[in-house]
Amino acid sequence: MAEQAWQKEAFDVLLEGGVRQIAYVPDAGHAYSIREAISSPEIQDVVLTTEEEGVGVVAGAWLGGRRAVLLMQSSGVGNCVNMFSLLENCRFPFLTLITMRGEYAEFNPWQSPMGRRTQGVLELMGIRVYRADAPDEVGEVVSAAVDSAFLAGEQVAVILGQRLIGRKKWEGN
Amino acid sequence: MSNAVTERRIERRRFVADLLAGVPDALVVTGLGSPSYDVFAAGDRDENFYLWGAMGAAVPVGLGLALAQPDRSVVVVTGDGEQLMGIGSLGTVGACEPANLTVVVLDNGHFGETGMQRSHTSLGTDLAAVARGFGIADSFRVENHDGVTGVIERIRARSGPAFAQVLISAEEPPRVLPPRDGVFVKNRFRAALGLAPF
Repeated sequence: MAEQAWQKEAFDVLLEGGVRQIAYVPDAGHAYSIREAISSPEIQDVVLTTEEEGVGVVAGAWLGGRRAVLLMQSSGVGNCVNMFSLLENCRFPFLTLITMRGEYAEFNPWQSPMGRRTQGVLELMGIRVYRADAPDEVGEVVSAAVDSAFLAGEQVAVILGQRLIGRKKWEGN
Repeated sequence: MSNAVTERRIERRRFVADLLAGVPDALVVTGLGSPSYDVFAAGDRDENFYLWGAMGAAVPVGLGLALAQPDRSVVVVTGDGEQLMGIGSLGTVGACEPANLTVVVLDNGHFGETGMQRSHTSLGTDLAAVARGFGIADSFRVENHDGVTGVIERIRARSGPAFAQVLISAEEPPRVLPPRDGVFVKNRFRAALGLAPF
């Protein structure tokens, strides 16, 4: 998938918002931020084996005075559920950006069960959910989430709708 | 390769007390259950972050902290069961290679908190070999109490990451309970680093 302007905007907003650690399980929608995190001396990139590690990593970063963000795909939210208890118990500021699968024009039915429940699972675990579906919304919504997390100390997820990412080409040319 | 554990004899409380006495400036993260009790029994400190849940989070929290505080020694003290649940995080440590992070696993080969059922480290898993395989080159086994000196030296040196598998006996010393209020523990830890609450 071609990288789009909203991907750069999302990363720039994180950088301007003081985020200095980016923990991630890759997804195409996060490709720009991940590449920039790896190449930027200002940002520490942390590649995870599973998303739940990322909840601990960003909490540890905050404990040590750094702002961090967790990037993942919607399926990863299911992997994190018990780990989210760390956020509620300690009231850690928390910011995650989640690219959606299993919704708009999805080809792979295996993405659907978690995709349909991603927002519900986050809300059940006490995380506020913002959502962006149009490219021109992304920068503003991510910026709002940065404020909610690091100024108000909230636990916040930004869902980046599958329509943003576009149709994945599976067959033929 | 056969590198089976033949004997576990280190006294956990004495080991942890001597370890922490040797690194008074270290930032300490503890895995849930007995390791939290051991660290608390050695003396409560503002620079201790005790987990009471989020099983598997001890190393990830220690990693995020170590990256945020590169000039401080960070020590994770956890058990074999907690480490096994977060085993992939050793690969994440191996990838990031934080020089100031030392992971100390108190390995009694059992799930102590739930009735002393045998864990994988009694049934074939060689934790130090796993950690080495994940890229933490300085991964080693501690088989007797005197080995505490080598762990202290590594924590002080900050030339890691390092991973110590400490073979403790499956005794169950009396429980001593650290604070369970996570907000309190977090905020006093941050205050000790000169950081505002939140």
